[in-house]
This record gives sequence, structure tokens and C-alpha cells, in this order.
Amino acid sequence: MKEKTALFSLFGDKKKRGRFVSFAIVIAAYIIIEILLKSGSLSSLFKSLLVPITCYVVASIGLNLNVGISGELNLGQAGFMSVGAFCAICVSGILAGTVTAGIPRLIIAIICGAVLAGIFGFVIGIPVLKLQGDYLAIVTLAFGQIIKSIFMNTYIGFDSDGLHFSFVDSKFKLQPGGKMLLNGPMGATGTQKIANFTVGIILVLIALLIVYNLMFSRSGRAIMAARDNRIAAESVGIPISRTKMLAFVVSASLAGAAGGLYGLNYATLVPNKFDFNTSILILVYVVLGGLGNMTGTIISTVVLILLPELLRSLQDYRMLIYAVVLILIMLVTNNDWLKTKWKSLTSRKAKGGASNG
Amino acid sequence: MRKIFKTSMAVALSVCMAAALTACGGSGSSASSEPAAEATEAADAAEETADTGAKIKIGGSGPLTGPAAVYGQAVKNAAEIAVEEVNAKGGLQFELDMEDDAHDPEKAVTAYGVLKDWGMQVSLATVTSAPGAAVSPSYAEDQIFAITPSGSSPAVVFADPDNLSGAYGNVFQMCFTDPNQGSASADYISAHTDLGSKVAIIYKNDDNYSKGIHDTFVAEAAVKNVEVVYEGTFDDSNAQDFSVQLGQAQDAGADIVFLPIYYDPASLILTQANQMGYKPTFFGVDGMDGILTLEGFDTSLAEGVYLLTPFSADAEDELTVNFVNAYKEKCGGEIPNQFAADAYDCVYAIAQACEAAGVTADMSSDEICAKLVEQFTSMTFSGLTGESMTWNENGEVTKSPKAVVIQNGVYVGVED
Repeated sequence: MKEKTALFSLFGDKKKRGRFVSFAIVIAAYIIIEILLKSGSLSSLFKSLLVPITCYVVASIGLNLNVGISGELNLGQAGFMSVGAFCAICVSGILAGTVTAGIPRLIIAIICGAVLAGIFGFVIGIPVLKLQGDYLAIVTLAFGQIIKSIFMNTYIGFDSDGLHFSFVDSKFKLQPGGKMLLNGPMGATGTQKIANFTVGIILVLIALLIVYNLMFSRSGRAIMAARDNRIAAESVGIPISRTKMLAFVVSASLAGAAGGLYGLNYATLVPNKFDFNTSILILVYVVLGGLGNMTGTIISTVVLILLPELLRSLQDYRMLIYAVVLILIMLVTNNDWLKTKWKSLTSRKAKGGASNG
Repeated sequence: MRKIFKTSMAVALSVCMAAALTACGGSGSSASSEPAAEATEAADAAEETADTGAKIKIGGSGPLTGPAAVYGQAVKNAAEIAVEEVNAKGGLQFELDMEDDAHDPEKAVTAYGVLKDWGMQVSLATVTSAPGAAVSPSYAEDQIFAITPSGSSPAVVFADPDNLSGAYGNVFQMCFTDPNQGSASADYISAHTDLGSKVAIIYKNDDNYSKGIHDTFVAEAAVKNVEVVYEGTFDDSNAQDFSVQLGQAQDAGADIVFLPIYYDPASLILTQANQMGYKPTFFGVDGMDGILTLEGFDTSLAEGVYLLTPFSADAEDELTVNFVNAYKEKCGGEIPNQFAADAYDCVYAIAQACEAAGVTADMSSDEICAKLVEQFTSMTFSGLTGESMTWNENGEVTKSPKAVVIQNGVYVGVED
């Protein structure tokens, strides 16, 4: 506890600087990439990675709010992404005839995905966040699996008669020209690709704005207080389950929005994509980026997505190297000696800056 | 807080371990092909000195790592053999790049980016269906000719697979489609009443390949009056124990068990049925191909298994014998499966079309695409997986699946 308060006083001002750095990095990255895109010097490989990177960044910012700021482990972030993704695909498919312009349809679809994922988060949170301990981890783990199975057995079709829906097997016949929006284990096929990078970056900025504003607001302080000492926080009248719920629902909605963008970036999406491994992958981005550290999360997400692609030249060994690099990053960032070195370095700098200013 | 951090660390570490393990699995199977790859390089170097002509770049992606790696590796090896052979003939020169997509649509799209950066002119698309459906729109958009060896889902060639319309037009299939396999199996069973009359189906309901074949099988079975007495399902999480499904199939009195699944779970089903003393006729489709080369599987259990496959490695025609020998030599005695044969045929079909259309390496990919589409829709091709195959303008191949039965550890063709 002592250590923690000491840390907070030390980083009191730094946190706001962190916010500035996060926004600066994202906007600078966007400008550089747009210039590269316009001049045509960006390779096809990077072009294909732009949208998925923004999706994962949004999902991991959301997860960091839950794991880092609220201190509740969530092992089902991919489940919320899949809710958002399939909801967005369905909404986009239904609106295809009425809203023909891509961008408005994309925005509507993403909002629907985010809202639905938020509702799912809320429903799950009601019983679980009243409990103390790692229960949220267990329940979200189960949620990820259940939602995968549900989507594998959901059939949604859309034709001139309207929406058709069935569980377990496609029992309905579509009119000619009708379209299966969701076809059980085959997932969504033939989705119109309407996602683009600019919307992705805007989504990242919105996610950062929401998370930072929440962190530095009254509710955000309450969330952190509830994380650090539940009993003390309760004693000063903070409603624990409600504050934790706020963080969890925002986290789930961000995952839903990320999923919506992701789903509309590919012509096909199978429910299997959002399995336990994807949840853990997002958690790895968050943990390696630093719990509660949004800038770190953005950087680690980008690096860890790019790494396996940049290692393609190593052929069969690339996933092996990738794993080794992951372990190395973890060892280095967790090394006490390096940490104290870094801390003394940065604090000296901060002091120097203060005396100069 | 600290506890959570520790937990997440532990989880993250275990993920790393798992990743490392799968990577080992992937590279283990390809280790055998490395000397061969070196040999190719040597051969390439030799050719470059002899022939300075540019090469047509053939790209493709497939699962070279992960659980479906067997198929990706088979396609890669066979395509390499075919490219070497075509290059050795002189004239048309090919260069091949197979990228890894780990059977993931997202990675397949990235792999497509890698291939495009490399300057791919013609493509083998993807090995598996779901990634294929994800990259086909890109092939259509960029007008690069693609023919998939084994992406059998209709979603690979159609933008609107539900209505079988909106064909991409420049994406072709070398394998027959899933619906075709399901109905062909039902037709075969209805025509051969000596195999049995009551059918049980055990399929994987989270896999679109398995589900697709199951659906068309059931639809065709209803038309042909084949009695389906039991349908059992399984998915990724419970693909180890089939005693319940087999027990129920036995209770339902099934004397044919139809297995539209890949050979990995199929081998477990055969083993467990044997332990139960349940001896129906097992009937598989092309995913069953490969069961005889599975490590640690008692191949005597596969005796009498029927399967539909376009290719049998024990066929005695010259083409097959040469291919099987070349493949064995390259891959340390491994017998090629149907995926390998499809890939081999793809390269030869591309070669035949390129020769007929006079395609040269300095043409742009959309020029080549237009010429190849014209060739493919008009030519007939005979290869390992069928005689006089033709393609329609949607990119679907016309060839008939062959039924084989496993006897004494080899496929034996069944006369209709």
C-alpha cells in the first residue's frame, strides 16, 4: 500500500503527461501513415494490418481499463469482441439496402455492436461484481466459451420478408436474393468490407478520451480506490459494485466497438476466431504494455501484432522466435534491478526539469 | 492487484509455452523438407546461370504451422515439386512463394499483403476454406488469377455463397466443392446397398467443411431414400472421446457410419469403435485422406474404410507413380495425400494455361489474369486428380469423386 501511494504522488503530474503522450503518438502515427499511404510507399502487408491493429488497440485499451485501473481480471474480452462483430455485421447487412453509403453504415453498426456488448457486460456484471475475488475472471472465461458456442449455433437470414432467426439449424428458407447474415459455424460470409483506417484511428482516439476522462474523474478515483483497498473505499461510502460495473461495461463496450470494426474489415468471419486464445492475446498486449498504462498498451499491441509479420523471413522459426521475444520482454520489464535503474534515471530527469523550470 | 498481476503473468507465460510448442510442431514436420529446399535453391542457382529469363511469380498461403499444418505442408511440398519439374522442362519458368496463414482469415489477408509486395502474378489462393473466403475479394479487386488446390467451400468462389451467385470470376477451384462431396457420398451409399442401409453421421458442428458436407448429405439422403438413423456432433473442445456418439449410433442400429470429418478425429473414432466391438462400415470423404500416414495410429483399424477422394497414391498410371516417388524422395518417404495432388495439379494447370495463352513473366498480373480466365474456362486438363477436368465461368471444377476402400493398408479403387 505504502509503495502504491508513493508511486501515485510521484506520478501525480506524470499521468496527465501520459495522456498527452498517448494522443500525440496516435495522431503522429496517423499522419505519418496517411502520408505514406498517399505517396503509395506503404507495402500491401502494412496496409492489410492497419485496421486490425486499430481494432486490437481499442480492445486492449478497454481491457486495460478493466484489468489495470479497476483491478478485475477479464479473460473473455474476445467474447465481447465477437458480440460486437456479429452484431455489427448483422446491422450492416440489414441496412445495406437503405443506408448505401459506407461510412454512416459503419458508424451505426459499430455503435450497435458497442451497445450490445455493453449490455452483455452489464448482465454479466450484475451478479459477479458483487463478489470479492477472482470471480470475474472465471465468469468471463466461461462467457467467452458460451458466446462462441451460441454464435456457432445461431442462424440469421435477411430477405425481402424481413429477418429470419433460428437456433441449432437453419430451419428457414430465404426468398431468392436473401442473404444469410450468420450461418452457424460458417459464421458470416460475403460481408461488405466497409471498415477503414481513419475510422479505426478515430475509434482509438475516442477510446483514449473515454478512458482518460474516466480515470481522472471522480468515478475514476473511486474505481482505483476500490481496487487498492476495498474495505477502506467502502468505509468512505463508495459503492464498490457500481464503480466496478462502470469500468467493466465501458471495457466491454470498447471491445464491442473494436469487434464491430474488425468484423466489417473482412469478407468472412467465423465464431472460432474469437476464442480463448484471442482473449489471452489481448491480455498479453495489456500485461506487456503495463497495467494501467495506456501508452504502453498501444505500443505493445502494435509491436506484438507487427512482430510475427516482420519475422516472416525466418519461415518456420518465426513463432518460436516470437515466443522467445515475448518471454524476454516479460523478464526485462519485470527485472527489479532495471526497474530501479529506470526509476532513478527518470526521477533525476524530472527533478532536473523542475529545477530548470 | 499483485495477485492479479501474478495470475496474468502465469497465464501469459503458459501462452508463450503453448505458442513455442505449436511452433515446434510446425517446424518439426518441415524439418525433413529442408535438405530438399536447399537442393531447390541449388537447382535454382544452376538454372539462373543457364537461363536468364524472368520467372512468373506464383504465390499462395496455407497453414504451415498450427493444427492444420499437415495440409499446408503437403500443398507447399507438392507445389514445389511441380514448379521444379516445370522449370526443368525449360521454356516456362515459375517461382513459388508459400506464406503461412495458420488457417486464420486475418493472417491470410496479411499473407496476401506479403505476396502482393513480393510481386505475385498468379496465385494458388489458400489451402483451407475460411481463409480463402477472406482473401478472394482481394484477388477479385486486384485482378490476380487464383486457383485454390483445396479450398472447397462455395464461399471461396462466390461473393454470395447462399444464392451461389456473384462469382468472383478469377478465383478457381481444383478440388470439388463441399456440396458436391456430400451429395456424391449419399448417391454412392444409396447405390451400394451391400454396404448397409442405416446411416449414422458423426460430424464436427463448429467446422464449416464438416457441416457443409453433412447438410448436403442429409438433403440428398432424403431424396435418395437413404435412412439416417442417428446424427452425432462434436466440436473442438470435445474431440477426444466419441464413446457416447458411437454408443448411440450402435443403439440406433446403424450399419454405416458416415464421417465427414478430418482424419485426426476419425482415427480416434475408429480406435474407440474397435474397443467397443462396434464394426459398421465407415465411410469418409476427402478429409479422411491421410489417415494411413498418421503417426501412432494402428492402420489395421482403417481396413475396410471407404472414402471418396479424387486421388489415390497407389494408382499405377505413370503420372501418379512419378509424383509419388518425387514426393517420397523430397519428404523422407512420406506418401502424398490428396491435398498434395491437388496442389501439383494446380501448378500444372497454370502451366498448361500459360503456355496456351502465351503468358510471359513480364506481363502484369491483370493481363495474365484475363488470359488465364479465358483459358481455364475453355480448356480441359488431365492430372493426378482426374481426367479431362473443365471449369465453368464461376470457377468451379467438374470432375467426379472416386470411391476407394482401404485394403491391406493401401487405397484400392472401387469399380462402380
